[in-house]
Amino acid sequence: MIDKPVNNRAWFFVLPVLGVVLFSSIIPVMTVVNYSVQDTMGANSFFWNGDQWFRDLLNPATTIGARFNDALFRTLGFSLACLLIEVPLGIALALCAPRKGWAVGISLVIIALPMLIPWNVVGTIWQIFTREDIGLFGAALVGIGLHYNVTQEPISAWMTIVVIDVWHWTPLVILLSYAGLRAIPDAYYQAARIDGASRWAVFFNIELPKLQKVLVIAVLLRFMQTFMIYTEPFVVTGGGPGSATTFLSIDLDKIALGQVDLGNAAAMSLVYYLITLTVCWIFFTIMTQLERRGDV
Amino acid sequence: MTSITLDRIAHSYGGKPRLESDYQLKPIQHVWEQGFAYALLGPSGCGKTTLLNIISGLVIPSEGRLLFGDKDVTHLPTEQRNIAQVFQFPVIYDTMTVAENLAFPLKNRRLAKPVIDRRVAEIAKMLDLTADLNRRARGLTADAKQKISLGRGLVRSDVSAVLFDEPLTVIDPALKWELRSKLKSVHRALDLLMIYVTHDQTEALTFADKVVVMNDGRAVQIGAPADLFYRPEHTFVGYFIGSPGMNFMPAGVKGNRAEVAGFEVRLGEIYGDLSSDQSVQLGVRPEFVSVTSGPGLPAQVRRVVDLGRKRLAHVLLGNHPLVVRIPREMEGVGDVVNISIDPANTHVYVADVRVQGRAP
Repeated sequence: MIDKPVNNRAWFFVLPVLGVVLFSSIIPVMTVVNYSVQDTMGANSFFWNGDQWFRDLLNPATTIGARFNDALFRTLGFSLACLLIEVPLGIALALCAPRKGWAVGISLVIIALPMLIPWNVVGTIWQIFTREDIGLFGAALVGIGLHYNVTQEPISAWMTIVVIDVWHWTPLVILLSYAGLRAIPDAYYQAARIDGASRWAVFFNIELPKLQKVLVIAVLLRFMQTFMIYTEPFVVTGGGPGSATTFLSIDLDKIALGQVDLGNAAAMSLVYYLITLTVCWIFFTIMTQLERRGDV
Repeated sequence: MTSITLDRIAHSYGGKPRLESDYQLKPIQHVWEQGFAYALLGPSGCGKTTLLNIISGLVIPSEGRLLFGDKDVTHLPTEQRNIAQVFQFPVIYDTMTVAENLAFPLKNRRLAKPVIDRRVAEIAKMLDLTADLNRRARGLTADAKQKISLGRGLVRSDVSAVLFDEPLTVIDPALKWELRSKLKSVHRALDLLMIYVTHDQTEALTFADKVVVMNDGRAVQIGAPADLFYRPEHTFVGYFIGSPGMNFMPAGVKGNRAEVAGFEVRLGEIYGDLSSDQSVQLGVRPEFVSVTSGPGLPAQVRRVVDLGRKRLAHVLLGNHPLVVRIPREMEGVGDVVNISIDPANTHVYVADVRVQGRAP
């Protein structure tokens, strides 16, 4: 037997982290949980409300339930639209990106540029860019005779937010796919040439299967970010016109900080959180499953 | 099914070569004949994979012509060259079953389904893959995957050649023997031209009808395994083939006598005047130097190595180190023993190249 002294002093080093997590996450979350089961008549006096906030929220017949339902499907639709555009587009552009020579560095930097712009600048750029009177993009669309108006047309507003997200975050998918493609050994391409495989066959039988892992990560990251989208609609459309671009986070913000309706907001944010957690768990399971299957 | 001709093929990766040392593959003239198994043997970086890739079209040679039969294919892309190649590491298509993997090269060439099925079944049987045909290729072991790669190389019956680039590197030693003899029997059954790249001399000598020994971008000798052993044309071949390699000693050669470190060694052939300014060496394999109780050259034993199958002694003849084969019972480090060199198996090398003497 190896005589190893039992020493758990390492746990002391974890304590500071626990302290930080306590103040940054646990206490705020418990505050939200606290609000979600209580009601108030103001003046800081709270009384027990049980699960009534949750019942209302999950019942589409109530006002708040209908509102939540709409925002949830709007957000899911937005995530789906972004994923359907960004993932294929990202893979396609990664396939086109140069593999060697001086062009590699330049093109990768150019691809990564949109991701480096701070969120409020992104919003402001697009807010001005899409104005139908002076914005280059908006005015050009109006100029060729399209009904384009971010503040009045729901379709314009929706399209604009999707385009912003595609512009902003497709680079992430490109870079991940590019890294995945670079990791495929040359022998696979050489073997495919010798086997007489067409370009499509190479893509479907070599590149796509080998990209599986990075694509799961890309889809997860893009889903999370689109599902919690806030800044772009906040700055560009303000959730409108009407409630056309009022996604979950925008709606939550309106209920919690606009209307100071703490009970509804707390219940909503907890359900929102659980949805996010569930999706994360599903992706995590898929990833570990792929890992276990080995050599993907 | 044709022969492959290398017509002064040479390659330099850097573009325009000025010096001979700029070539990764120095000009080579050779004909690979249909139905034979060849091995390209040499240390890492000697240019053997470059030569293989030139034949398969993955590398376009900077000089010379490559002919398949009478057809010049030097600039044809890989997919138009009727070539199959098996790589060092198993290349399989993860998403397909074993059968689909084997059928892939045939399917891409739009063969009829019954033809494909028959051929796949035949190759799977040769490589013992029949039981796995409907399994996904992804979950198999490394050697099963490499068998699939081998199978994809062998499945096309119309290929001009099947090229192997160190295909058994990832295989366990025990399975190596099995796969190698399997390849050998497949070769006999399919009557294809096979070219096999390896740095393992046992692999080369057991697989091939003819071995091309390469060193530093040059094919130093092309010959049957026995030729390489009994008549190395270059000191590199003597040193690289055999275990341990050939003994080389600086010598002065006159007629059928060589003088090594003040001792006289009898040679099998008669040589003319070799007293040039280039180095003259006497070469003899350890197998042809023996310890004798009769008259011989006095050598001091420095080290005895027991290889199980045989025992070798490192001895000093004058001040030249030499490896000799010794009988089981002999011991005695530090002893001086008499050694005799078999004249019939001595060779004389001038500037590393063998000179042919006159028969006595």
